[in-house]
Amino acid sequence: MNPYEAPSLTEFPTLDRRDFLRLTSFVGGGLVLGSFLKISGTAHAAEIAKTAPSGDFTPNAYVRLGLDGSITLICPRPDSGQGVKTSLPMILAEDLEVSWQSVTVQMADLNAVYGSQTAGGSTSTPTFYLLLRQLGTTARVMLIDAAAQTWGVPAAECFAEAASVHHKASKKSLPYRDLVAKAATLPVPDAKQAVLKDPKDFKLLGQRIGGVDNQKIVTGQNLFGLDFKLPGLVYAVFEKCPVFGGKVVSANLDRIKTLPGVKDAFIIDGTKDLRGLMPGVAILADSTWAAFSARRQLKVTWDEGAFANDSWDGFTKQAQDLAAKGTGNVVRKDGDVDAAFASAAKVVESAYSYPFISHANLEPQNCTASVTADRAEIWAPTQNPGAGADIVAKVLNIPKENITVHILRAGGGFGRRLSADFVIEAAAIAQKAGVPVKLVWSREDDLRHDHFRPGGFHFLKGSVDAAGKISGFRNHSVFFAGGLGADEFPSRFIPNHLGLSSVLPNNVPMGPWRAPGSCVFSFVYQSFIDELAHAAGRDPVEIRLELLGDKGMVPGTGERGTPYNAARMKAVVKLVAEKAGWGKKLPRGQGMGIAFHFSHRGYIAQVAEVTVSKSGDLKVDRVVCVSDVGSQIVNLSGAENQVEGSIVDGLSAAWRQELNIERGRIVESNLAEYQLIRMPDAPKKIECHFLKSDNPPTGLGEPVLPPLAPAVANAIFAATGKRIRQLPFAKTDLSWS
Amino acid sequence: MAKFTLQVNGQARTADVAPETPLLWVLRDNLDLVGTKFGCGVGQCRACTVHIGGQPVQACMTPVSSIGRKAVTTIEGLSANGTHPLQKAWCELDVAQCGYCQAGQLMTAAALLAENAKPSDEDIDNAMAGNICRCGTYLRIRAGIHRAAELTATGIATKKETAQ
Repeated sequence: MNPYEAPSLTEFPTLDRRDFLRLTSFVGGGLVLGSFLKISGTAHAAEIAKTAPSGDFTPNAYVRLGLDGSITLICPRPDSGQGVKTSLPMILAEDLEVSWQSVTVQMADLNAVYGSQTAGGSTSTPTFYLLLRQLGTTARVMLIDAAAQTWGVPAAECFAEAASVHHKASKKSLPYRDLVAKAATLPVPDAKQAVLKDPKDFKLLGQRIGGVDNQKIVTGQNLFGLDFKLPGLVYAVFEKCPVFGGKVVSANLDRIKTLPGVKDAFIIDGTKDLRGLMPGVAILADSTWAAFSARRQLKVTWDEGAFANDSWDGFTKQAQDLAAKGTGNVVRKDGDVDAAFASAAKVVESAYSYPFISHANLEPQNCTASVTADRAEIWAPTQNPGAGADIVAKVLNIPKENITVHILRAGGGFGRRLSADFVIEAAAIAQKAGVPVKLVWSREDDLRHDHFRPGGFHFLKGSVDAAGKISGFRNHSVFFAGGLGADEFPSRFIPNHLGLSSVLPNNVPMGPWRAPGSCVFSFVYQSFIDELAHAAGRDPVEIRLELLGDKGMVPGTGERGTPYNAARMKAVVKLVAEKAGWGKKLPRGQGMGIAFHFSHRGYIAQVAEVTVSKSGDLKVDRVVCVSDVGSQIVNLSGAENQVEGSIVDGLSAAWRQELNIERGRIVESNLAEYQLIRMPDAPKKIECHFLKSDNPPTGLGEPVLPPLAPAVANAIFAATGKRIRQLPFAKTDLSWS
Repeated sequence: MAKFTLQVNGQARTADVAPETPLLWVLRDNLDLVGTKFGCGVGQCRACTVHIGGQPVQACMTPVSSIGRKAVTTIEGLSANGTHPLQKAWCELDVAQCGYCQAGQLMTAAALLAENAKPSDEDIDNAMAGNICRCGTYLRIRAGIHRAAELTATGIATKKETAQ
């Protein structure tokens, strides 16, 4: 997986037959097929009905009404804190006309009927919003039909409310439970033809609804991946080479096997897939602590491979050399930047950089697996159950149909659990051991063997003309993987623009980190735009509105390009400036900064207000955020929580997080050196506004994070005159006099 | 290996483990009390916070042999039915995102409220500074502690109520 790319949106609800064929040939089949069947007909209902108690009404794979009156709504995608286990069933409940208190939510296992079950890319809301509305409506229509037939009246004279169907004229009512048996015999209508109710009649959507697992969370019940147990379970730890890609030469296994509680110890040869099953040594014991303790006695001789001399300092030097040469892959060329610079009133040159960082999920990676030669059952706190099944099938040569994946609640995702390395490790160890295994990573494993948010370097040159307009922009990006996108803002908005991209050779495992790419690009470009604004003597909000211009919808470049709705962005920028009281006079040491970013279909603008003491201590006093994520917020409490969390996470990542690489390995080992934000440093106040626009509802797990770092960095500049060009902020001395 | 009898949530519980085994793993692996969480193993994140003799401690750094007959309270024993004012406030304000750290947050907050019935923002920040929330729910945690203090002060939560 490209660490700069989140999983893409698969818009099942609008597929027609031709789209379906094109898409299946593109992504390779099975999973999409299931979802296509689900939309178009009844095959999926038959599939799901097989597992339901007989007589239940299962109009689709997401809704089950029992003869006993039970209402079960099934969540297709994993919940790692982004709240889909609450928000997706809410959509069903709204159109099914049942009270939220009356429903039970169940997490699906991996099953082809649900299409992609990957919780990434902020895709759950845009993928499922319309589909679940249609399926909830279809189920309701069938229950109404069942009642109408029972009473011998036209269905049009009946309506559903509070899990009952009512006939207006006769004032008759029947609860759903009495209609289940009849409804189950009716043909399932085409969901696409469902007539949806008017959003103004919503009772549930847009309300603040608490998470469905809250009670279990606050009482400490068995819920997360690490909490799961099986009879006969053995606990495993897995030691990999600290240098990425290193292999095991030998280990003192005989000694390890004699230690208290140890059941077995062996070498896993692994594969060459840096993000798959890496080589290592497994220790199995009768408790987690026995395994952890034995591991302290483990001595491994490693073949560290060809990358054992890599270092962050070395990478930095290489990037600077590349920039000095000015050679790179040309990914964008508009107008003539050199001419723009030659005729400019002001030219600004700056180098920006950011380090590798970890996802640092508070629940370390773990997985429970029971595996034989040709069968696997997996219990995983994962964002991507399909990837788990795929890699187990491929590496252990087990037929896909013999693999079951149960999705457990994950203690944080942020993209880390899109990878399935911990799944294949658990499965490979369990297969070799011949007993069910719970693999537990230590925090040190988690920090050192993350699939890291890539570091990067940007060498920028920009100009403003005599009228104070931004006239030229040259961007040489030096990455560790992937490349600069042709459409990365401010691309398409500056007439003279040259985008160059280079990649440094390396062997670091990388993966998507919350708002991949955007989470750092926004810092670089929104900070640099601020530099240009100040060079031109312009107001940072005004110059941004001018840059966005009056173009409205700006098309993407090429087939995979992303259109940019500049009008939506201008609207959030204007509103955030108004809500924040932009332009008010602040004493030295205090400042306001603005930034905006478009990612994951969301248009977000933020203003940060900071205080920096003379000795350089930073306090973020207030963050005002305006988000345009479409026409409807599903769960207002969950949405606000994502906004608040993204802002705190954005600040945490930008302020102190960095992983250094020396001798081919990560230097930091635990949370004393790798510093996450704590309560006293969180913004004192976060103001969350949603600007509703006439667009389909989209996701909120990621798009709010990117503008936070540049909004704070720009505020720090306003307060102190110190420009931060390197993450984390803590590397820059912010003292002033 | 040695037998240790601990007083956990008002019950005598016995585990046969190595004396240096941290309480965290005895709770989770031996006593099936999985509400206390493993986050770092070195006392940096405090997801493993429990009360020993009423004081908040990091279970990941507490050898089982050091506890003796002191009362151990875990998240499972914070209240009978999830009715501690903090638990009610956490649900009312929908504090959690992933929820993994919240048992530790609640145990630290409970110790704070036991000593300081009406803490200020600053009191809360100081008391809670050791507990990491990776999802960043700090503002709701702070609001939740204020709300629990209010529930206690008005007596709403002191009456016996069943869990929601």
